[in-house]
Amino acid sequence: MYDFAYHKPSSVADAMAALKAADDGKFLAGGMTMIPTLKQRLAQPSDLIDLSGVGDLVGITVSGGAVTIGAMTTHAAVATSTDVQSAIPALAALAGGIGDPQVRNRGTIGGSVANNDPAADYPAACLALGATIKTDRREMAADDFFTDLFETALADDEIILSVSFPKPSKAAYQKFDNPASRYALVGVFVAQTAGGPRVAVTGSGQNGVFRVPGMESALASSWSADAVKGMAVDAGTLNSDIHASAEYRAHLIGVMAGRAVTAAG
Amino acid sequence: MPEGGTGIGAAVKRVEDQRFLTGRGNYTDDLNRYGQTYAYILRSPHAHATINRIDTAAAKSAPGVLAVFTGEDMEVGSLPCGWQVHSKDGTPMQEPGHPPLARGKVRHVGDQVAVVIAETYAQAKDAAEKITVDYGPLPAVINMNKALAGGALVHDEIGTNLCYDWEIGDEAEVDAVFAKAAHVTEIDIVNNRLIPNAMEPRAAVGEFDQATGEYTLYTTSQNPHVIRLLMGAFVLSIPEHKLRVVAPDVGGGFGSKIYHYAEEAIVTWAAPKVGRPIKWTAERSESFISDAHGRDHITHAKMAMDADGKFLALKVATKANMGAYLSTFAPCVPTYLYATLLAGVYTTPIIHCNVKAVFTNTVPVDAYRGAGRPEATYLLERLVAKCAREMGLSQVDIRRKNFIPSDAFPYQTPVALQYDSGDYTATLNAALKAADVDGFDARRKAAEARGKRRGLGFSTYLEACGIAPSAVVGSLGARAGLYESAEVRVHPTGSVTVFTGSHSHGQGHETTFAQLVSDRLGLPLENIEISHGDTNKVQFGMGTYGSRSLAVGGEAIVKAMNKVVTKATKIAAHIMEASESDIEFKDGQFTVAGTDKSMAFGEVALSAYVPHNFPHEELEPGLDETAFYDPLNFTYPGGCHICEVEIDPDTGVTTVERMTAVDDVGRVINPMIVAGQIHGGIAQGIGQALLEGCVYDDNGQLLTGSYMDYTMPRADNLPSFTVGTEVTLCTHNSLGVKGCGEVGAIGSPPAVINAVVDALWDLGVHDMPMPATPQTVWAAIQAARPAAAAE
Repeated sequence: MYDFAYHKPSSVADAMAALKAADDGKFLAGGMTMIPTLKQRLAQPSDLIDLSGVGDLVGITVSGGAVTIGAMTTHAAVATSTDVQSAIPALAALAGGIGDPQVRNRGTIGGSVANNDPAADYPAACLALGATIKTDRREMAADDFFTDLFETALADDEIILSVSFPKPSKAAYQKFDNPASRYALVGVFVAQTAGGPRVAVTGSGQNGVFRVPGMESALASSWSADAVKGMAVDAGTLNSDIHASAEYRAHLIGVMAGRAVTAAG
Repeated sequence: MPEGGTGIGAAVKRVEDQRFLTGRGNYTDDLNRYGQTYAYILRSPHAHATINRIDTAAAKSAPGVLAVFTGEDMEVGSLPCGWQVHSKDGTPMQEPGHPPLARGKVRHVGDQVAVVIAETYAQAKDAAEKITVDYGPLPAVINMNKALAGGALVHDEIGTNLCYDWEIGDEAEVDAVFAKAAHVTEIDIVNNRLIPNAMEPRAAVGEFDQATGEYTLYTTSQNPHVIRLLMGAFVLSIPEHKLRVVAPDVGGGFGSKIYHYAEEAIVTWAAPKVGRPIKWTAERSESFISDAHGRDHITHAKMAMDADGKFLALKVATKANMGAYLSTFAPCVPTYLYATLLAGVYTTPIIHCNVKAVFTNTVPVDAYRGAGRPEATYLLERLVAKCAREMGLSQVDIRRKNFIPSDAFPYQTPVALQYDSGDYTATLNAALKAADVDGFDARRKAAEARGKRRGLGFSTYLEACGIAPSAVVGSLGARAGLYESAEVRVHPTGSVTVFTGSHSHGQGHETTFAQLVSDRLGLPLENIEISHGDTNKVQFGMGTYGSRSLAVGGEAIVKAMNKVVTKATKIAAHIMEASESDIEFKDGQFTVAGTDKSMAFGEVALSAYVPHNFPHEELEPGLDETAFYDPLNFTYPGGCHICEVEIDPDTGVTTVERMTAVDDVGRVINPMIVAGQIHGGIAQGIGQALLEGCVYDDNGQLLTGSYMDYTMPRADNLPSFTVGTEVTLCTHNSLGVKGCGEVGAIGSPPAVINAVVDALWDLGVHDMPMPATPQTVWAAIQAARPAAAAE
């Protein structure tokens, strides 16, 4: 780890100010990606602005048919929230399946969404549920937010305040773990939303999380596992590594989608 | 021994766990010496490259830096190899040099290039980034077949990548049997390369005392005396009386901490140069590219049978990867610890095995839990399973038909070993019952109703441990004897410290050995201390590997205790004015037979050190005895492992539903510790079979260089195991013990893979490589589909 200046502001305004004053500053949320990256000397920020002191960024509210989660809310808090469990049980279950207990008690939704790791779980929920990402300056639909591997529409100095998930009529997430890392090798989130079925896939796409329009229209015709099971996704757009070829991932997307539809009921 | 006792057979809780489970262990990295500095090792990013120039000037002037050394600075001996294997033409193996810091060339990713010593570890690491190395990248040889087919040379000076071309058995005689056999079953097997991953990364602290001229090395070793000998005599030329090696608490080894590693020599050599102690601790990423790896064989084998499925001859050809350099015991692993096991539990009358050991641009490969025996067992048990299929015999019947009968011991195999005892039918029968094999068909049908494939796999294995008779291994090329030592020091008030050359790094020796003492001398455990790991405390010993600690180290303790009892009997006879032959020793009491005259062990001990009326011509004061025990033979644990898996054909996921192991490890001293050893071994065996696989790309970059990509077994990968023991006693040691440290890792992998193949057989999948990951299983099912449809 290289040296850096450490800041722990207690408000969003102070955090923004600290970032502006820094040469090459980075926000630190839960640190579940940032800290290992620093330890491996793969990043060398001049300043690290720890958001864990910004109380306004923590909390879960349910109102107006949506669950709104503060950016610094931990996965464990989402997983164990009775409000989330009753409003969007699939979201609570997804949060409860991220990493291990240590990760879930440090990692945050804002950090996960901002990092947009192509194998992270939350981006699939955001995309499938049609979430809205609220920042210090605007609101963005998930469809516009996730742009590429580890890339989002966030400006360098933009900070996520919260993520709002409209309550679906039903939803489920099925993850097939990478056997080693236990990140999603394939994760499929299906949701029956006000605007129709939405299917989002994480862990597989060469450009990160993506929707599967073919499956969505199939589910619009018939909400059943059989409608999506075995439905081919173009392997040419998928990642290939020692754990899974693109063909295997394409196959698993169909399997996991079918299981998610079954689990959603 | 009754329930609640502390002697042989009692499930005593481990005395060492108080400190281990409460975080009070004392590991090498816990040590902080006065004035300590820190070393960072700069490692090669290339698998194969010339070192044209190293510029260390900027690093030397970086903040906190005390010294920077490269291979040109460190002119010391080569890291030695402890075993010389000869090729079949009689020539000795190729033994290229292995400098602690690379000179002129790097030969694997992770090869040591330079060391930076600084006030803090971070400063050393910062400074290392300022070292400029001008590498001339060379083509790398990773694949053994390519290495033998004229690829780049790992060591130019020897002109070949072939380390040795060894054989055992008479090839012409074996071929003659094959020519007349009713049936021949052939198999190709890859034994996957594994990365050991002990929980504690390797670490070393080197220290030099200017006043006395004494060096001290604290290191994560399974055998500190061996390290002292190898490093002192061969690398650094430090006489043993001026070199102390301490292996304090060590957090797992599995073989990987047997060997003498470069970092040990570097910190010891550099300590007087910087005039301060130097600590090096591996980061986990370094462990992946610097700890010796395990396994890595490619084998073709065939079994000749008569029309009834009786084995007539076995022929095996194996290529074994040595990696870039010869690690300490690497050459013996695929020869004397592998080919000599190829009879297994079967009466195969004649066997030929050829082994070609190959240098590649990969991390050196050496013994890893089981060391050669897992490779032999996997080959044999996969082959036997295939023989059964081809002969139309059940997996049980083909084994029963070929077992060495229980009345045939001692049994001379055609591959050098003579087994002393065993009852393979007994372990098979017990395992069949414990695994409820009779109920398998119903479980398979139920699984099929759920859309799952269920399979049953067998492994009836044997291994050789208790390594080893010095005369035997000496004749086979070992450059060491493989006895063990013990000193039993009875203190004046009757408590006992045992100094053992065996090292404990998780095995529970401090409990098991104490039980031996409790049993023999009648002492409570709290009066017994087991001391190991410090060459300044303990007499020369050979250390812990090859499941030898109890069968060899324990026997040495027994031998020393017998001397103690003999001496104590003399003392008791003198004091009680009786004849020695009338003294009986039982439950810690010396009694004059037929009288009520008696002395407790502690009273005799006190007399030994307060010898006011000893006839000193006949009776020396003191009660402190040392023994060296050299075993008469290997020991031969064996048993039966039965695995039951369920496979999801949609995803390729294999779940181990049942894992049953019935092992004959000889007499059991502590059944809880034995069960724990077998559990751990099976976890590693299932790891090898389903999860763990070291993958290099064609350029020699390690693709599985972290836990993001290297799959360690976790609790939820494993079912609750059913383990049991069926005992036949070892006939050539007094305890009757055989060894239990490796049986789990040896017996289980073929049981798992045979179960996977059984589950998928009807889908047309007739072979399965390790590790059988979901992708591998799914791909095998896809590949078999057209074939199965066409049948």
